[in-house]
Amino acid sequence: MNTDNIILSIRNVVKHFDISGGFLDQIRFKKGRFRLEETTVKAVNDVSLFIKKGETLSVVGESGCGKSTLARVVMGLYPPNSGEVHYGGKRIDNLNHKQMLPFRKKMQMIFQDPYASLNPRKTVQQTLEEPLRFHHPELSGNEINDKIDQVMEQVGVDQAWIKRYPHEFSGGQRQRISIARGLILDPEFIVADEPVSALDVSIQAQILNLLMKAGRERDLTYLFITHDLSVVRHISTRVAVMYLGTICELAKAEDLFADPRHPYTKALLSAIPVVGEKRAKQIKLKGEVPTPVHLPTGCVFHARCVYANERCLHQIPELLTLDNGTCIACHAVEENRIIS
Amino acid sequence: MPHLLELHDLEVRFALRTGDIIAIDGVDLTLDKGETLGLVGESGAGKSVTGFSIINLISKPGYISKGKIIFNGDEISSYSDEKMREIRGNKISMIFQDPMMTLNPVFTIGFQMIETLQAHRKISKADARNIALEKLKKVHIPSPEQRLEQYPHELSGGMRQRIIIAISLLTDPAIIIADEPTTALDVTIQAEIMDLLQELCESENMALILITHDLGVVSQVTERMAVMYAGKIIECGLTDQIVKHPVHPYTEGLIKSIPGTVITPGCDLVQIPGMMPTLTNIPPGCAFNPRCYLKEAICTTKTPELKDAGNGVWAACHMR
Ligand SMILES: Nc1ncnc2c1ncn2[C@@H]1O[C@H](COP(=O)(O)OP(=O)(O)OP(=O)(O)O)[C@@H](O)[C@H]1O
Ligand SMILES: Nc1ncnc2c1ncn2[C@@H]1O[C@H](COP(=O)(O)OP(=O)(O)OP(=O)(O)O)[C@@H](O)[C@H]1O
Ligand code: SF4
Ligand SMILES: [Mg+2]
Ligand SMILES: [Mg+2]
Repeated sequence: MNTDNIILSIRNVVKHFDISGGFLDQIRFKKGRFRLEETTVKAVNDVSLFIKKGETLSVVGESGCGKSTLARVVMGLYPPNSGEVHYGGKRIDNLNHKQMLPFRKKMQMIFQDPYASLNPRKTVQQTLEEPLRFHHPELSGNEINDKIDQVMEQVGVDQAWIKRYPHEFSGGQRQRISIARGLILDPEFIVADEPVSALDVSIQAQILNLLMKAGRERDLTYLFITHDLSVVRHISTRVAVMYLGTICELAKAEDLFADPRHPYTKALLSAIPVVGEKRAKQIKLKGEVPTPVHLPTGCVFHARCVYANERCLHQIPELLTLDNGTCIACHAVEENRIIS
Repeated sequence: MPHLLELHDLEVRFALRTGDIIAIDGVDLTLDKGETLGLVGESGAGKSVTGFSIINLISKPGYISKGKIIFNGDEISSYSDEKMREIRGNKISMIFQDPMMTLNPVFTIGFQMIETLQAHRKISKADARNIALEKLKKVHIPSPEQRLEQYPHELSGGMRQRIIIAISLLTDPAIIIADEPTTALDVTIQAEIMDLLQELCESENMALILITHDLGVVSQVTERMAVMYAGKIIECGLTDQIVKHPVHPYTEGLIKSIPGTVITPGCDLVQIPGMMPTLTNIPPGCAFNPRCYLKEAICTTKTPELKDAGNGVWAACHMR
């Protein structure tokens, strides 16, 4: 593998949250005695992946599977419990605030809810100006304004709106402003966490086009988080499918959609409603998604999987690379037990 | 044959301090026995208000300002609150996006189901319990006896939505109105719930009004659909026909802007410029005209009426 053009790599990242609460919340009465019990959410468990320069890697999966947590670990917003994050060949998960500064410029994040991510008391001008002044104290007032104008034009927000506050904008416009904020420092790498999920379809298309255009013009690399598989198919170079905090399949977008291999991916893809097509027989999953507090043993998917056998109950499947480059964590695939 | 449900020139207003706003502006709809109808459109188009107005549940300061609603030959839009209660939750049930709008967190599922039944029928507790069990089985809930003893928070989102559906089935309604019933759920669960609703409509000969912004879901579940824009229906008719050959430029844009419908991955999606106007700001003529690529002078002066576009589709557009 050519490692030169790898911009980001995540190695065996684990992120757990302790939600035990206070001392009293932890006391449990079990089998005739009191014990202290800690409750941990095992949000991300041993995830490794890399992203090449210029590509869009999407992470998909159902609610609670750990997508946002992974994104935040990448951005340095959550320290991982173990594992490493490398950016441009340098390990960044263990840096202090000051050491992290240059990376804060190169790496930007766009959130699902522009309501929450934009400061309601700041005008568009202030929102865009602040990061520039912070990271580029050498710029003059004029230079800053030029830069803001340029970005505003690129994201399609009217220059005349510069003195307005977030609440005066629609959801789509607000998302444009948060994209403008994401672009203002000329980043190389953008983590977009469900950037279009809160928007209506007609507006969603505008924002997706904008993100793709910015990507082309600025040679950006994206880590794109979403649960919308049609969006994923449209924008991704490669796709990682997550289930309960682990990657079960990672493949080129066209391969994944043409020939999903993991039993979970198969079920997930068969469930997407496609406009104008009567649904092909949906692959039904047994049971419910377990909670990340009580992770299943072995393959996290085994309780819902029709191919599960003894080995799946006990042994965690490793992410293996197939001939076409697709990575799969499934014993049944490895053992060739899945026909078609 | 008369329709099961008819909306005639329905107008709904919200009386605000600054004056009335018209949220639903002259909507005509029909629904037949056992039919599935999808109501789509973007946020604020008036889908929920239309659904709520049928069972007279519009929140204050909203009111039906014009038109009428006829159910089984009776003009229910003129019913008193008390008389409406015989219809609502009985002959016409509603499923909300948020299961907690229906479920009370402090009572068991069984208690709530039995109470619902007893509110509408003179029936013994034991009989009500049996009907509750039967409906839970209909929605494929595993171990239904146990579920009756459980509280809503002990169940997953998908399971809760099944319970809601079971509750809505208790009184053998003629119509179920489902407002975004799966929006809060994951795709794999969503697909199961949709399958379930479809299956029930067939087996119980029940009519369904499915309110959603997801055209994919509508195209897979419904026979007929209506597209709303700024309080009006701008296109309606056979779902299969509309999704394949939309007539109104808005519907066309909506379908083409969905990734994976017409555009190859990686290329720019078709986008409708601008956004839906707010209700206080609706442009004269066709409300869609500022965003429309077919617009001519007449579009800015005269409001287009729904007209027969052939193939079982009606559309409100001067140019098509
Ligand atoms: N700060 C936190 N404290 C405790 N638990 C958390 C925290 N953040 C996330 N979790 C838990 O970790 C798990 C993964 O959450 P995460 O937000 O990463 O999921 P997601 O894949 O982004 O889901 P969604 O599609 O709903 O956004 C969930 O069970 C969540 O409740
Ligand atoms: N209580 C209210 N007071 C004032 N206006 C209201 C009220 N309820 C709804 N409206 C207005 O009526 C219009 C239609 O709202 P409705 O809830 O039917 O939209 P919708 O199509 O269901 O949208 P969504 O997809 O967001 O649910 C909106 O413009 C809304 O602002
Ligand atoms: S490893 Fe086993 S349980 Fe997991 S997906 Fe593959 S076959 Fe199913
Ligand atoms: Mg998330
Ligand atoms: Mg609504």
